[in-house]
Amino acid sequence: MRIDAAEMDFQKLNERIRQSRVQEIKIAGCIGQRYIAAGLSGRDITIQGTPGNALGAYLSGGRILVDGNVQEATGDTMNGGEIIVKGSAGDATGYAMRGGEIFIYGDAGYRCGIHMKAYKENSPSIVIGGRAGSFLGEYQAGGTIVVLGKDSQSTIVGNFCGTGMHGGEMYLRCDDLKAKLPAQVKAEKLASLPQGKARSLVERWCELFGENKDKYFHASYYRLTPNSENPYKQMYTAN
Amino acid sequence: MLLREGQFRNPSGCAITGVIDRSGKGMSGEEMIESISVMHDRSNGLGGGFAGYGIYPHYKDFYAFHLFYDGGAAQENTEAFIKRHFEIVYASEIQTRKISSVTDEPLIYRYFLAPLPRKLANSHLDEKEYVARCVNRINVEIKGAYVFSSGKNMGIFKGVGYPEEIGRFYRLEEYEGYAWTCHGRYPTNTPGWWGGAHPFGLLDYSVVHNGEISSYDANRRYIEMFGYKCTLQTDTEVITYILDYLLRRQGLTLTEAAKTIAASFWTTIAEKDPATREQETLLRRMYPSLLITGPFSIIFGYEGGLMALNDRLKLRSMVCAEKGAKAYIASEESAIRKIEPALDRVWAPAGGEPVIFELYQ
Amino acid sequence: MEMYIPSEYEVIRDDKKCNVCRVCERQCANAVHSYDAKLGKMLADSAKCVNCHRCVCLCPTHALKIVKSDDIYKADANWTAQTINEVYKQANSGGVLLSSMGNPQPLPVFWDKILVNASQVTNPPIDPLREPMETQLYLGKRRTKAERDVNGRLKDTLAPQLRLNMPILFSAMSYGSISYNAHESLARAAEELGIYYNTGEGGLHKDFYKYGKNTIVQVASGRFGVFKEYLESAAAIEIKMGQGAKPGIGGHLPGAKITEDVSLTRMIPRGVDAISPAPHHDIYSIEDLRQLVYSLKEATEYKKPILVKIAAVHNVAAIASGIARSGADIIAIDGCRGGTGAAPTRIRDNVGIPIELALAEVDQRLREEGIRDEVSLIAGGSVRSSSDVVKAIALGADACYIGTAALLALGCHLCRSCHQGNCNWGIATQKPELVKRLDPDVGAQRLVNLLTAWNHEIQEMMGGMGINSIEALRGNRLMLRGVGLTDTELKILGIKYAGESL
Repeated sequence: MRIDAAEMDFQKLNERIRQSRVQEIKIAGCIGQRYIAAGLSGRDITIQGTPGNALGAYLSGGRILVDGNVQEATGDTMNGGEIIVKGSAGDATGYAMRGGEIFIYGDAGYRCGIHMKAYKENSPSIVIGGRAGSFLGEYQAGGTIVVLGKDSQSTIVGNFCGTGMHGGEMYLRCDDLKAKLPAQVKAEKLASLPQGKARSLVERWCELFGENKDKYFHASYYRLTPNSENPYKQMYTAN
Repeated sequence: MLLREGQFRNPSGCAITGVIDRSGKGMSGEEMIESISVMHDRSNGLGGGFAGYGIYPHYKDFYAFHLFYDGGAAQENTEAFIKRHFEIVYASEIQTRKISSVTDEPLIYRYFLAPLPRKLANSHLDEKEYVARCVNRINVEIKGAYVFSSGKNMGIFKGVGYPEEIGRFYRLEEYEGYAWTCHGRYPTNTPGWWGGAHPFGLLDYSVVHNGEISSYDANRRYIEMFGYKCTLQTDTEVITYILDYLLRRQGLTLTEAAKTIAASFWTTIAEKDPATREQETLLRRMYPSLLITGPFSIIFGYEGGLMALNDRLKLRSMVCAEKGAKAYIASEESAIRKIEPALDRVWAPAGGEPVIFELYQ
Repeated sequence: MEMYIPSEYEVIRDDKKCNVCRVCERQCANAVHSYDAKLGKMLADSAKCVNCHRCVCLCPTHALKIVKSDDIYKADANWTAQTINEVYKQANSGGVLLSSMGNPQPLPVFWDKILVNASQVTNPPIDPLREPMETQLYLGKRRTKAERDVNGRLKDTLAPQLRLNMPILFSAMSYGSISYNAHESLARAAEELGIYYNTGEGGLHKDFYKYGKNTIVQVASGRFGVFKEYLESAAAIEIKMGQGAKPGIGGHLPGAKITEDVSLTRMIPRGVDAISPAPHHDIYSIEDLRQLVYSLKEATEYKKPILVKIAAVHNVAAIASGIARSGADIIAIDGCRGGTGAAPTRIRDNVGIPIELALAEVDQRLREEGIRDEVSLIAGGSVRSSSDVVKAIALGADACYIGTAALLALGCHLCRSCHQGNCNWGIATQKPELVKRLDPDVGAQRLVNLLTAWNHEIQEMMGGMGINSIEALRGNRLMLRGVGLTDTELKILGIKYAGESL
């Protein structure tokens, strides 16, 4: 099914998506409509244009492919499914994600992957092809964030990366991690991308965007993990 | 200094009465005076008033403003305001007769007005809203001036005194209308000025009311959100504004408005047929803050009809009656019998059930 | 050097009454009581006592009492023992002082300085035992324009509303901060009473989905347990922006409280801290709140009211006005005396404003702006009795949240030690041996008892005022008078002084 969204209000657009019994939906002329596919699952939605904020919020499954950039709060509190962005993503991408994957070809804004958390079979992932803004993975409690720095090897993350991190892992592809890390985070330098989840995520990212796997498998990475599971325990005294 | 009505809340007990000739035939105000005088003991001489419908047939297309002025300055300011907003078709002092017990009367004037077309168009308001806002501005902004009647082909006449005295003061035997309502007031404080007497009117709506409602401040603080200003702090004033809001601005029917302000209890609604239940529940969900609790009986006058309504517990007495084309409403049956001893039918309507009498055509 | 801090309390045992049954020893999770076999006597270590009264209540011979210790520092009105001890604790540990439940400082309680009206002569009181007295109400948006269908009948164009049998809801308390049995008690009581309980930010246990139609689920900054089924299971969704006990800061449930079951509900691994950031990082401005409100409405197809809960802070009226324009259906305001499972002492005791003033300001502001109909208001943050409820509604609330009062009904003795996780009453703990002390059958019944009694008292007070619908009490400030209040306080509350007539 094809929906021409050019002049369409977000409520009407989302209503049409919800009501549609078709699995494959193409949205043309998308221009700022918010909350597309919020809470949905089992759909394969392709978007041309620029979707509005909170694309795929509470997404439970299915796939959203955006042929361009996305704005703020993409995949907010997402639980499952896949969001693929052929361009770049705005701030607060993947906030409080619990499951599913977000693949971004270009850059991500500030506060990407804040408070991502994993639980049992749910483990969310974000792969950012370019660089990420400050506060990447703040309060990260689980899941995997990969930043590939495809265009540049310098400063691929902003400041305060992993502040308050208490779970999960981050992989930053660079030779020299210039960013200053907070006390709660420990960094380990890897000569290449190890087998496992991160590697399969990068493999998928390469397939999606037609990039050379070797370039990304055989490169040095910093792997960031929390220093302790209880970073704040010592902060308090009972009164 | 003695406070004036509006500067304090003045709970009142009262007598009310109303009559309509549904064939549209005119009746003089004399009958009303006779009717209310039977209920003399329900008033205490601190307020009386009348509303007559169909009394200005020659000027029926113009808004009839009745005004109280404290003095010449108030009149000058008000007339300047009126001229800026209306064409004055006719203006005069209202003819009164001297009654020894009616004292401290203000200057009382009447104007027949048509909104200035250009002013009206520029305001982007419908005509009634335009007129209502002008009335509100005079009453709130001009010191010493008070519009106490503003409808078309109707008029309110009121003052401090027993209602029968006020009726004679205004020479109501000289007016003829198809419907009349009347009010005798028993306030617990002196109102201090004539504006505090009843009926209270807005455009062609008028309300006479008996009782003291317990929901007053909940109702007032709600209705004031919609541009009304309860300057008199009386129950009658807030009830009038509520009815104006529901009927004129929300477009409800009289029965719907009655089911909003004197809503059936939830337990009663639950026993009604599904369609009624759904509509009455909806009204209570839409306008919960316009529910009026505590004792009240009101006669609501409007162009072409009268509606009688009791509170849902029927804490005030009210009787309706019919004789041919004429229909009567009063606090006491005797007030009706006084002017029509041989009635076809007399009954006391149930609490919260509106009784509507309208002109046949 | 670790400074010794003497206990505030002393456990006094009447040896003549004590029959050494050792119930106290078994009941105290803080290990205050012990048996000395040599002496054949029970001993008590008062230093460990939190004054929860569990042992006092369960001692079969009533041999125990807890008294304030008469061990004192040199009297000083400025440097009180509490203040001195807090300095010692921080010098010992380097930690932020952590405490629980509501602000215990002697702040003015305005409820106690407001008196309610009653009818005499000019209008009648109504007898609630014999005449209908409606405490039922709906919460949600009411702003609407009457529209008709083709048959001329009024169309229901209202946004979804919540129906309540009485103007009281149980406020948000998460599973994690309180126990499974406490949650079950609240859920069952809410169902029986025809009101709502609130999951707090800890997710919804799978066993409690069946209470969905009486459940408000919370979406807080940590988004714990938030997913499609959670949102869909509920009657309404509350976005938690703030909490009266700790305005402006986030939450932190220590890993020790994340048991298997709590982890399941919060959807985070066992034993890992559950941290809620201070802000929602997707809300940095009012238009972002609108975005979260509408994303939730979209995800639930506009079928559920959205609440936004804020702490009562200095600029609360303007904030509420912004929220009322954000698409939210209900605003919950939480005053500075509200409870919590854990909050930094300094925040709990020094941040925010009392609910009475906040509520009065918000209600008045929304009316002045003509948008009071856009939202319903729920007041919380120390509503202690039915008369507090009546006063709150007359000030302008649609309903009240109660938290601490509900916990008291479940057995809480306000020892304010929830953060230690050793609640002897089985409420603020995740230890199975403690949790099982709270029987949900008993708990639910006690909550039902409490609110049934309150509802009756509310009806009595309404009847006295001649008001037979709670809706006619809402914002009816003429029914209130102040005593012992300054002109400024009266102005903010929008009420007259006692003795001033109508």
